[in-house]
Order: sequence, then structure tokens, then C-alpha cells
Amino acid sequence: MHIEIRGEAFEPYQELQNYQQRIAEGQYGATAVFVGTMRDMNEGDDVQGMSLEHYPGMTENYLLAISRQAAQQWSLLDSLIIHRVGDLLPNDPIVLVAVWSAHRKDAFDASRYLMEELKSSAPFWKKEFLAEGSRWVEHNTPGQ
Amino acid sequence: MTLKVRFFASLRERLRLSDCSVPYEQGMTVEQVWNTVTSQTPLPGNLLCAVNMEYVSLLQSVSDGDEVAFFPPVTGG
Repeated sequence: MHIEIRGEAFEPYQELQNYQQRIAEGQYGATAVFVGTMRDMNEGDDVQGMSLEHYPGMTENYLLAISRQAAQQWSLLDSLIIHRVGDLLPNDPIVLVAVWSAHRKDAFDASRYLMEELKSSAPFWKKEFLAEGSRWVEHNTPGQ
Repeated sequence: MTLKVRFFASLRERLRLSDCSVPYEQGMTVEQVWNTVTSQTPLPGNLLCAVNMEYVSLLQSVSDGDEVAFFPPVTGG
């Protein structure tokens, strides 16, 4: 189980490949992966960039708490969360959530749980930069 | 006998305040901390708060030395 707040751009599929080396080969039959990427538009406006703020300490605690909760609730071999902070450009990865399990149900359900908990309660805030200035994103869209 | 108070994101910009200290008083709640620090600014409807980095309600009482944080709805992921 690993969580990380990353201040620089990252390549999610490379991270996935690197992290997976620590999980015993032959044990996992299912890997569920979610990658969230910055879009170049929101609410009908072109977005040129974004700044992501977090609450150092609380954010890490929260991501660890939901990772532990997922490991209790489902049969998992491992999980990984990486989330960006700082300045982002369109097409930059924002978040990677990956879950390894023997079977797909646990992997799908746990990854969904982690993403929904992260979106609804992990203390991160997005500020968008438009041609005309900047604005805070006021809320996340419902995931289900 | 103080509390550390922190604000994040749009709330920090609106109040023009990132963090500060306030005197702790016996039996103080999170809402009273807000009123003390913001000079009774009306509570935003969607305000979130945490004590020592755990979500709490406005009615939660605080202890000397606690870190109290206020912030708007979260928008990560």
C-alpha cells in the first residue's frame, strides 16, 4: 500500500510498471487502474492551466485511511495512489489509483471506492487559469 | 493557551488569511473559533472544518494546542 503527493509531472503507466514489480508475480489476477487527466475545458470555457493545492498532512492521512479501509473491506494484494499538486497544464495526469487483487470484483469495487472517497473528501482544491483570469473550481461532479 | 487556525483555497483568499493563532478558552467549539478569528463573518453554507487534520462538525469542542482548519468543498482527482 502506498500513497504519494507529487509536486512534479508524472507518467502514470511508468509508475504502475515500477510499483507492480514489488507485488509477487502469479498472485494477482486483476489490476484495476484509474487515471485522471487535466482537460482543456470546463463549464464551456477554455482552461489554459491549473494549480492544485492540498492540506499537507491531512491529505496524506486521508489517502492512507481510505487505502486501509479498502484493504479491510475487499481482498486486495496491494494499492497505489499518486496525486499531483502544484501547477498543471492540460493533458497532465492528476491522479493515479491502482488496485491489485486475485479477482476483478474486488479490484473494480475497491478502485471505485478509493476514487469516489478521494473526489468527495480528500483535501485538494483546483484553481483554473482561463484567458480572462483565474477561478476556483467550486465542487466535483458526482461519480455515480 | 492557543489554537492554530488555518484556511485553504478560496476561503484563504477571501479572508486574506492563511494561518493565525487565537487564545484558547475552555469549552470552545469550532464555530466559536471561526467567530473569533473572522470577527463574526457569516458561516459559508458549504464550509468544511477539521481539528488536528480530522473532519469534524462545527459543534465539535477543541482543546488547547489544537490545529483547527477551515476550507471550501474539495475538488481533487
